[in-house]
Amino acid sequence: MKNMTKTNWATLICMVVLAVLPPYFLLHGQAFYMDLATRLVILGIAAVSLNLILGYGGMVSFGHAAFIGLGAYAVGIPSHHATWGGFDLIASYNGLFQLALAIVIAAVFALITGAISLRTKGVYFIMITMAFSQMAFFLFQSLDVYNGDDGLTIDVRSELPFINLDSPMQLYGLSYGSLVAAMLLVKTIVNSRFGMVLQGAKDNNERMVTLGFNTYFYRLTAYVISGTMCGYAGFLLGNFTTFISPDMMHWTRSGELMFMVILGGASTALGPILGSSVFILMEEILSSFTIFWHLPFGLMLIGLVLFVRGGLMGLLKGKGK
Amino acid sequence: MDYTLLFVQVLNGLQLGLLLFLVASGLTLVFGILDFVNLAHGSIYMIGAFICASLTFVLGNFLWAVLVALPLTGLVGYAVELLVARRLYDKDHLDHVLGTFGLLLVLDTLAHMIWGPAGITVPLPAWLDGQIELFEGANIPVFRLLIIGTGLAVAAGLFWLVNYTRLGMLIRAGASNRTMVSALGIDIQTLFALVFALGAMLSGLAGMLISPITGATIGMGGQIIITAFVVIIIGGIGSMKGAFIAAVLIGLIDTLGRSFLDSLFELVMSENAAETAAPAVSAMMIYILMAIILAVKPQGLFPPKVR
Amino acid sequence: MTPLLEINGLKKSFGGVIATDDVHLDVIKGEIHAIIGPNGAGKTTLVSQLSGALKPDAGTVLLNGSDITDKPAYARAKLGITRSFQITSLVMGMSVLDNVALAVQARDGHSYRFLKPARKIAHIREEAMLNLAKVGLAKRAHDLTSQLSHGEHRQIEIAIALASDAELMLLDEPMAGLGPKESASLVAFLKELKGQRSILLIEHDMDAVFALADRISVLVYGRIIATGLPDEIRSNDAVRHAYLGEE
Repeated sequence: MKNMTKTNWATLICMVVLAVLPPYFLLHGQAFYMDLATRLVILGIAAVSLNLILGYGGMVSFGHAAFIGLGAYAVGIPSHHATWGGFDLIASYNGLFQLALAIVIAAVFALITGAISLRTKGVYFIMITMAFSQMAFFLFQSLDVYNGDDGLTIDVRSELPFINLDSPMQLYGLSYGSLVAAMLLVKTIVNSRFGMVLQGAKDNNERMVTLGFNTYFYRLTAYVISGTMCGYAGFLLGNFTTFISPDMMHWTRSGELMFMVILGGASTALGPILGSSVFILMEEILSSFTIFWHLPFGLMLIGLVLFVRGGLMGLLKGKGK
Repeated sequence: MDYTLLFVQVLNGLQLGLLLFLVASGLTLVFGILDFVNLAHGSIYMIGAFICASLTFVLGNFLWAVLVALPLTGLVGYAVELLVARRLYDKDHLDHVLGTFGLLLVLDTLAHMIWGPAGITVPLPAWLDGQIELFEGANIPVFRLLIIGTGLAVAAGLFWLVNYTRLGMLIRAGASNRTMVSALGIDIQTLFALVFALGAMLSGLAGMLISPITGATIGMGGQIIITAFVVIIIGGIGSMKGAFIAAVLIGLIDTLGRSFLDSLFELVMSENAAETAAPAVSAMMIYILMAIILAVKPQGLFPPKVR
Repeated sequence: MTPLLEINGLKKSFGGVIATDDVHLDVIKGEIHAIIGPNGAGKTTLVSQLSGALKPDAGTVLLNGSDITDKPAYARAKLGITRSFQITSLVMGMSVLDNVALAVQARDGHSYRFLKPARKIAHIREEAMLNLAKVGLAKRAHDLTSQLSHGEHRQIEIAIALASDAELMLLDEPMAGLGPKESASLVAFLKELKGQRSILLIEHDMDAVFALADRISVLVYGRIIATGLPDEIRSNDAVRHAYLGEE
């Protein structure tokens, strides 16, 4: 355990707390903390996956909320039809089917939007990913059959072998385990040969191309991996909330995700969970004082950007260990 | 083919396009000249609408309210530039995006605190509230014609400003070489503040013009901003001409798509399928258009020359 | 025998400025072919068109007889061209060894691998180390690239060029910014490569050029005004007038 940076210690402590406290509270009749933690952990998975392309790939995607939403609808729509009929082909409560659907749809969406977006860079890339996220939002908003803006409520959660998602403890266990797996996955990818190319391309694209790497395809691969992982997070989120709405895909959700990543994840693959924790806790605490909690949150964001040395981008650039 | 309906919808599309242009022009001006990405641009659109709405009740007249609200909105823009934007210029674009995202949250919440969650309906004076029959069957609301007229007038004004005035020349010069312009003794800070305020007024004007139709609502900024971004992405970021053409194009495609796509789809699929597919596709239409254009021209249709 | 590199009728303009004006040039296998010329002659533009960073307006580039004019930069690297930059271009956020290892990894060809930690792959690290040692930087292998001096950056670029094991090395002013001792070292080093690699060398340092070049071409305002053996060039009137005379 030598060479542990401050962030690594913080992450470790955070993970231990998350492993111990919520189950403890649940067993003592306080489900609230378990709910908070579940949401925190699931968004943590999304943040970890965004960090792969943002912190290590230098791709500032403002559209990741779309993947979460798609994953959630991959649970919601089949479940809805299984309860109410109307589309026998995809009607199903089968968790493995819904999971596969979530992964495939997220991957395909990532492939298509990534292929187009990655032809641009800088602020163009940011705006285009934002636009694609909104496109998904408007698409689902227009689908009256799934209640559009009012959202979809499911009566039956995904039926998985061995795991009963109706049990908060088991759902939390799956989410926590998935978070750990996600962190390990990202760490492995980042240190692999693929990860070296990705990181090199973020730092100096011209050099990488001169060496013979077609960096566009490396980036696209990373983007698809990231989007797919985020789709999985959506699968979990849909099961957790049982309420799925287009709002999950709104571009402002992507902004919150980005905030989590940058705040917590700027220096390691493990850091995003810190950002997710800070965000969720802050949201919880601030909103208990006032419904206008977006105001202090917004001010904080502005403050961070103005006063962190080198800006938040500087935080990002300081990455790579 | 119902040509009257087509004509009415074309006018609708034109109206939408011109309003989009008003918002997008401010956005592209600020990006093109100040190299600043402003996510809170939509919030100013909303603030303009609310200020005008409140003033309509105070002054009793919509048009007077617009005239007073315009400079007030400009002032809001100036304040934003002074307090926030100015400190972000030398930072990375991502910092602009995150910073103005925070600003958007602040402004939207402030609006919520001041004007409440419900929004305000803005009444029009009687003479603007009616309809005109342009030709048989084509009843066009007078206000729509006013919007179209105003939009075209502003577009012409901007064109003249940017291409034929000294200020416009400074604006264009500032875009290409900031240090040169300040070396010439021109106060870049004031120039930039002016451009920012101008952008705010344009955006606010759009909000004011739409508020009698949709009301002034808290969420309106968040809705228009992404569409405005799509406009400038398609048109070419920094290009006024591109913003105009793209805005009108998007306004027309979006409106005509929503109106006629289901009829088009019914030609090739069942009525049920068309009823679901048409709204879905028309909702995504402008993004699909953006994707197609970017596939061919990643810099947009009329990208300004590289600095 | 076909030359390794053949450039025919290459043209490139930027707006009204003609940077490359109908250039015909070739590089024979195993030779060091130097390009000299006054500042602004368009030497880097020429190199960029050869490496694939810029697209020529007209003309062709042939590598071993096959047309690579339309091939993108990354593809040319795979075909055996490596390039060093006039303004050093390295991955500053990684270690010195990492930079060279990337070149080895590129040649190795298996970069869509997600599991094994790259820094633990022995054959890549060893080969990178070897090349680093050749330029004398083995001791700095684990230092952050951004912390090294300009001259050391140049050496890393040479190590990368070696690691790429390319047939054709495009070296853009490798001596720039080096002190006399470092220059002499690099010259000796490049001399040893003669015969094993083919080098197109852009240089200002005349001592280095005359010590290394098998042939010299002179580029003035985008045009090749003379090509020949060093002694021929030294005594060529047009060259003396246009270039050497101005020094």
